[in-house]
Amino acid sequence: MDIFSNLFPISLYEGLAYGLVAIGVYITFRVLSFPDLTVDGSFPLGGAVVSVLIINGVDPWVGTFTAFLAGMCAGLVTSLLNTALRINALLAGILMMVGLYSVNLMIMGRANIPLLREVTVFDEAAGLFGTDTSTTFSIIFMAALIIIVLAILNWLLRTDIGLALRATGDNEQMVRGLGGNTNLTTILGVSMSNGLVALAGAMIAQNQGFADIGMGIGMIVMGLASVIIGEGIFRPRGITGILLAVVGGAFAYRLFLGIALRLGLPPTDLKLVTAVLVVVVLAIPYIRKRLRHEWVPPAARM
Amino acid sequence: MGTTGSQNVGRIPIDDNSILRLQEVTKVFCPGTIDEVKALDNINLDIIAEDFITVIGSNGAGKTTLLNIIAGVYPPERGGKLIVNGRDIANLSEHGHARYVGRVYQDPRTGTAAKMTIAENLSLAIMRGQKRGVGTAITKQRKELFRTVLVPLGLGLEDRLTALVGTLSGGQRQALSLVMATMSKPSLLLLDEHTATLDPKTARIVLELTQMVVSREKMTTVMVTHNMELALRFGNRLLMMHKGKIIVDLNHQQRINLTVSDLVDAFEKASGEQFVDDSVLLSSVDPMTRK
Ligand SMILES: Nc1ncnc2c1ncn2[C@@H]1O[C@H](COP(=O)(O)OP(=O)(O)O)[C@@H](O)[C@H]1O
Ligand SMILES: [Mg+2]
Repeated sequence: MDIFSNLFPISLYEGLAYGLVAIGVYITFRVLSFPDLTVDGSFPLGGAVVSVLIINGVDPWVGTFTAFLAGMCAGLVTSLLNTALRINALLAGILMMVGLYSVNLMIMGRANIPLLREVTVFDEAAGLFGTDTSTTFSIIFMAALIIIVLAILNWLLRTDIGLALRATGDNEQMVRGLGGNTNLTTILGVSMSNGLVALAGAMIAQNQGFADIGMGIGMIVMGLASVIIGEGIFRPRGITGILLAVVGGAFAYRLFLGIALRLGLPPTDLKLVTAVLVVVVLAIPYIRKRLRHEWVPPAARM
Repeated sequence: MGTTGSQNVGRIPIDDNSILRLQEVTKVFCPGTIDEVKALDNINLDIIAEDFITVIGSNGAGKTTLLNIIAGVYPPERGGKLIVNGRDIANLSEHGHARYVGRVYQDPRTGTAAKMTIAENLSLAIMRGQKRGVGTAITKQRKELFRTVLVPLGLGLEDRLTALVGTLSGGQRQALSLVMATMSKPSLLLLDEHTATLDPKTARIVLELTQMVVSREKMTTVMVTHNMELALRFGNRLLMMHKGKIIVDLNHQQRINLTVSDLVDAFEKASGEQFVDDSVLLSSVDPMTRK
């Protein structure tokens, strides 16, 4: 049998699902310049919330939306740590990531919740169209979700508040000087980001048939890898282009991982491969400049 | 923008025409440490409508701190007041102050967002003092307006609305900053050595633009400069700062026919110190006349 059978559709599905994480990471890291590590906790939070609600008989649509809201709340707390208590962004995210581990366990009550016999949003949506839940349907459903999210962001980032949000990451001092409340834009951006990440966690838990306490480990690095790969391959300009490139990057990244796995890479090595990939991509510009004898300032510490 | 003064939000002059009154404003940095410094020492100042105040003083005199206090970057020590329209705004947030105060910084990079386009920067500026909602930021009408405010600069920026601001030169960025600081008509314009980092020719252009905008909009302005010639040439009132205090305050009449050496004398008399700041003397070559 061809070891690459189904590689493309599965990568496509994963790319769309993890594309939500990539968009979330893009909003914090790139738009806001707020390196938010909450992601590793808000991703399983989404999975935990939707799973517990579903096994307790709550409608999966309601459960999925609640997971999104739970992620927003996590982001809200992270951004409040930063804006109201003046805690460094990186540290605020780490504190939340650690704290959320316990919160997620509390929500789930155990380390793993199987959903195999439960009705998920995928089943509900397939039912609406009178089809079965297949890989093809999952792809179409995720694509529809991504399109809605991208359309909303594409609109929001061009409004007055959206412009203030983007400018906050570019020149916070200027925004305040022009009367923009940068605490508010930071809270908005970080909350939105974590809402999307939790939504991704909820979708993936339902599709794979379980939520697991460890499902978020390394999620931030994967999101970052997708963003960097998308920017590198597509070299986008303009908001629409960047948003599409980020999702494209998530797809390329999953495709890359899929190939590596099928060539015999043990799944446990995936996170190392991802980490090395990000290191390489981040180091390339510096090495290039050094080869051209350009001076590069030391990296920021805080 | 051809709006007249009567339409301006927040520009209602109170009885004595005071736009802003600073009352017993003191600012101490790093209190209680060995680095403690009293950057402002009990400042009392009335800024009158349509004043164009130039501020000079040696390095560390407190000029930038004074502007930061006015702009609300940080509040003064307890007891200090900033009175606008009869209301004390000393403890209002910086973005709350922005409704009253427009500002051009020393570094062109501080006043503009490099990774955004000219139109986007101007859209951010046009919402000064207003609630930012989910209305489209760049509309046809706004683009028209942006072109009209950029044309008088004579830099051709009106044809480059979609260019990223990071691709502009320092002078172009500073000219854009000036437009952004003034286009939504704040009550007060603050200029902090805004031509200091520019080459002499560009500095002259930006200064000419400053004069044009200020006189056209009848802007109340506070301009900090390192250059005594400039301080004498511009404006109608001159403040000299030293060690956190305003030691000389000259009105229009008192300034007429004053020379740089008169200013140095005034400084020495008021401060009781020898005038030793080389940088002020060295930079007293007038960029407006130097070709
Ligand atoms: N953020 C700050 N923290 C500590 N000290 C400061 C700060 N800002 C200014 N100072 C100090 O306050 C004094 C006045 O500074 P500043 O207002 O920048 O002077 P000027 O603009 O007249 O050169 C200086 O001694 C300066 O070192
Ligand atoms: Mg200064």
